[in-house]
Amino acid sequence: MDPVEMLLRTLAVFFTMAIFSFLWKDNMIYKFAEHLVVGISMGYWCVILYQTSFLSKMWGPLTRTLAGHPEGMPDRLVFVPIALGLLLFTRFFPKISWLARIPMAFILGVGSGVAIPLGIQASVIQQIHPTMAAFQPATWTGVGSWFNAILVLMGVVCGLAYFFFSAKHTGILGGMSKIGIWVLMIGFGASFGYTVMSRISLLYGRVNYLVFEWAGPLVRGLF
Amino acid sequence: MARFNILELDRRFIFLMIFLSVLTPLFLPAPKTVKVSPEVKKVYDRIEALPAGCIVMLACEYDPSMSAEMSPVNMVVLRQCFRKNLRVLTTCLMSNGVSLVESEINLVAAEYDKKNGVDYVYLGYKPYPAAIILAMGEDFRLAFPSDFYNTRLDDIPMMKGVKNYQDVSLVLAITSTSGIDYWITYGQGRYRFPLAAAASAVMAPNYYNYLDSGQLFGLIGGLRGAAEYEQLAKKPAAATKGMLVQSVSHLLIVGLIVLGNVSFFVARRRRRGQE
Repeated sequence: MDPVEMLLRTLAVFFTMAIFSFLWKDNMIYKFAEHLVVGISMGYWCVILYQTSFLSKMWGPLTRTLAGHPEGMPDRLVFVPIALGLLLFTRFFPKISWLARIPMAFILGVGSGVAIPLGIQASVIQQIHPTMAAFQPATWTGVGSWFNAILVLMGVVCGLAYFFFSAKHTGILGGMSKIGIWVLMIGFGASFGYTVMSRISLLYGRVNYLVFEWAGPLVRGLF
Repeated sequence: MARFNILELDRRFIFLMIFLSVLTPLFLPAPKTVKVSPEVKKVYDRIEALPAGCIVMLACEYDPSMSAEMSPVNMVVLRQCFRKNLRVLTTCLMSNGVSLVESEINLVAAEYDKKNGVDYVYLGYKPYPAAIILAMGEDFRLAFPSDFYNTRLDDIPMMKGVKNYQDVSLVLAITSTSGIDYWITYGQGRYRFPLAAAASAVMAPNYYNYLDSGQLFGLIGGLRGAAEYEQLAKKPAAATKGMLVQSVSHLLIVGLIVLGNVSFFVARRRRRGQE
């Protein structure tokens, strides 16, 4: 293997071990690796943002428009977001800081206008439909589908009952909220199981790298 | 002589046991078969049924920290697409993953002798995923005037006549974060294109309800989902090998949970007996 490549891999192994060293106890090498990750991520993000957004979405259209070569109307509109963006910086000047409210109002207005209807549609209305649709005779495929439909409906209603705080949780509502707690616990249990699986996958990735992409080639190269 | 108490076991022994449970299976043969779930099969079958030349859009949103779980999905899907001569349009709406995703596409494309701009296009990264997903629904050029290599989309042969989601056969969001929510809400919710998701195992349980509602037509959950996909594609690789690791380490974790609980109740009973 190329010595430079091997050196880079050894560096990766060093930082992997530096991060793992936290499992023994907090130490300087871990802190160094942690700070390096944060610093590099931030630097990388800045460069990517500069290359993919500032240059292509602002500087390019701006210079083209100023040079008299606008490529279609959208380029001329570039002055609007630039002006709004610059207004955000007025927050640093107390006398004119109120101007920053204009772009903030624009951001909040557009954000809410787009997010609220689409969010309700995707996360509420379209989710209610399959909860009830399972009871349509056309969707019945046997006792199993009946059981599933009732289980899902019961889980949804009892789960919601647990979060209904306008009445005391006694009687029927109390019973439903207790079932709701069980439904939630089963949900959390499934999530926890998946989380364990995910973390083991990540550890597997690192160990696999240490053994087969670093130690293996290193041993083969040495002997 | 002091009696050994499992509840006072140094947690570093547990870390060591977990490490060994991951390390040891690496030297054993990978499982021959992995049971395939319907939600994974639906994604595979749908891509498999596409005629050559169709465009599959892969929204890869993961960074190197989640690469162990997400890269196997991306690689196996890319191999399937290129084997079937499908064209691939890729984005990466996570800044720290841009170069990783690029290297994976180029690696698989080289295996199948596919050419950038003809067989695949990598659009790269733009900030604010919700705005970008909405803009791509109108025109890919609004969100990405040029691709990752700064070539204008109008100058890319593959992008001729490709305007928005209506011109792609399906979108597969390979995401390690809650970025799938953006694709469901702002993408599928607004433009109604066929959407599937490949989520990290942490996120996967949150998206099963979207399968029932039809907002997702398929779901690949974590490394397990990737292993199932590799099984379907008959290309066992890293994910399939990881299943033995998962089984052994899960058995150990379950054993430790049971042991910890039993020890806790025994200790409590003893304490109460002494009182």
